[in-house]
Amino acid sequence: MGKFFAITIFVIAILSAIPIVMHTWEAPADISTHGHLIDEQMSETMAEAGISFLAAQLLLAFFIWQFSNRGTESKLKSFPGGARALVIAAVLVVGVEVLALGVFGVKAWAGVYLTPPSADAMPIQVQAGQFAFYFRYPGPDGKFGPLHPERINEGSQEFFGLDKEHDVESRDDIVTAEMAIPVNKEVHLLMHAKDVGHSFFVRELRVQQDFVPGLDVSLHFTATKIGRYEIVCTQLCGLGHYNMKAYLDVLSNDDFNEWMKKQAAMQ
Amino acid sequence: MHDTSAHAVQHHAPTSFIRKHVFSLDHKVIGKQYYALALAAALIGMVLSWIMRIHLGWANAAIPGLHTLSPNGAPGGVLTPEYYLQLMTMHGTIMVFFVLTTAPFAAFGNYFLPIQVGAEDMPFPRFNMMSFWVTFIAFLVLVSSFFISDGPTLGGWTQYAPLNAIGSSGGPGQGLGVVLWMISIALFCIGQLLGSLNFITTTLDLRVKGMSLMRLPLSAWAWFITSCMGLTAFSVLMPACILVILDHVAGTSFFVPSGLVLNDQLVPHSGGSTLLWQHLFWFFGHPEVYIAIVPGIGIVSHILIANMRKPMLSQRVLIYCMGALAVLSYMVYGHHMFVSGMNPISSLAFSFPTLVITIPATITVLIWVFSLYGSRLRINSASLFALGFVSMFVSGGVSVLVGSNNRSLP
Repeated sequence: MGKFFAITIFVIAILSAIPIVMHTWEAPADISTHGHLIDEQMSETMAEAGISFLAAQLLLAFFIWQFSNRGTESKLKSFPGGARALVIAAVLVVGVEVLALGVFGVKAWAGVYLTPPSADAMPIQVQAGQFAFYFRYPGPDGKFGPLHPERINEGSQEFFGLDKEHDVESRDDIVTAEMAIPVNKEVHLLMHAKDVGHSFFVRELRVQQDFVPGLDVSLHFTATKIGRYEIVCTQLCGLGHYNMKAYLDVLSNDDFNEWMKKQAAMQ
Repeated sequence: MHDTSAHAVQHHAPTSFIRKHVFSLDHKVIGKQYYALALAAALIGMVLSWIMRIHLGWANAAIPGLHTLSPNGAPGGVLTPEYYLQLMTMHGTIMVFFVLTTAPFAAFGNYFLPIQVGAEDMPFPRFNMMSFWVTFIAFLVLVSSFFISDGPTLGGWTQYAPLNAIGSSGGPGQGLGVVLWMISIALFCIGQLLGSLNFITTTLDLRVKGMSLMRLPLSAWAWFITSCMGLTAFSVLMPACILVILDHVAGTSFFVPSGLVLNDQLVPHSGGSTLLWQHLFWFFGHPEVYIAIVPGIGIVSHILIANMRKPMLSQRVLIYCMGALAVLSYMVYGHHMFVSGMNPISSLAFSFPTLVITIPATITVLIWVFSLYGSRLRINSASLFALGFVSMFVSGGVSVLVGSNNRSLP
């Protein structure tokens, strides 16, 4: 029974490792300038975790195979190195491993969160509410008009609560239900929650950030590949959460300008 | 440490059925009561997961009896999306609180800890009885939310703010359903606090003469460390739940900021913080992971020792590792909040101890595995489960490396 159990652990460990080693389940191709840092970090982490996983499982299986159901004539022995050797080995090997992960990983994190967007980054405001995203572009004046939550009225398509009559800066603001951005242009995303917590997740962009009610959060990224991508909410936000999504269109410069003109005409 | 002959906690053998089997002061009976509660909770949680799985496989299948339970949530027995979320929330809550905490900690700990330290019983038997019955009432309160008009809360077992505090306009179950959830969990916390006090006092004050702390079995150490965590973690969650209840019934705004709009109406709250709930919840929530696993580490170590027919390579190192896991568990909770909008520097600060916590976890696994070396390992049900636990612990442990990377999350 002991040997059978050891074989079971061995087989499960090897079978679990195969899809990882063979890259069976890959993340979709990265379309951002910062994404490769995150992908490299993930590969490094998976390699370290995978080696630790296999080493521990195979050693466990080997020791069960070797030392189970031995007769009383077999002498009890202790591991020659003792606990001290194991502790030193664990602190050194795992310590270096996690330190490396930590140090290399800071670069990716800092690139997204600790560096401000460039001065010419395109500002776009995204508002999340039960159960839709709406986007606002500042228009030719480059400025967003102030929000008036009490004016929000979805029935009359007043999603942001703008007061175009009194706020000059709001008059040229462009509100859309889909997000379009020009390729290779940095975007400064200003995130606003209308009601409860939501999240902005575009897996191809390697971007995920919560909307925090009462706290406007910002994020910046540059998309490098033209295409249509799904934006989904990944924070449980109520009964329609499962269906809360929008689309991100990454367009060429010309197509983006054309799209913007069309949207402006529809306001 | 005490001399059992002088200070033993003794109570006369109960004579009535009620005292013997229902409101018992005996730690073994209370342990069995906790275990029965955990089994009942596991059964309900399991049935909920069956319903969810059936729905995922056959979205339009009518599930018998469901319409009677919730005519709105499952008209004709077919689950609506919101009722799916309500079931998911209840499944998570029942499993995390009433199974994972109750069985390994309260049930086994109550039964075995006094025996292992050589005590007659827990030092406060009435507190012990109260601990179980408060937990039982907490369970009834939670389950009762299935029977209110719009059903239980749908906010998930983490009950994020402000969805948990804006009332029924947030969706089905977000009014009375949330209030019942919060009352239930606050009561549960009281039950576990009473239990933790008993466990700690039993371990520190009721050990038989000659049983020094380092001579305690590893499972006793595990329950002792777990009860220290319980004392600090549940005492944070309980007031947090009370604050949410106040947001519902007393018009306060602890977790609801100003300017929120629901159904085109301004939410009549202002000044609250949504991140405050996340901090309070995860300060409990992450230690809760270890409240569930550390008793397992202790029990498995104990079972392995008995079946290897030799001691662990180092009992002391294992004790220190369990202690390190417990302490670090409070310093890593922010890794649940990497994308929550908190200061990005804080994410770095929480990422580092999350990576470091892999060191005591690795040492624990190495001690287990290398203790097998040179043993005469007896294979039986207990040792197979214990060895399976070690294998599972490795799989879970390496995933910490992935989860601790705040870089992986933006």
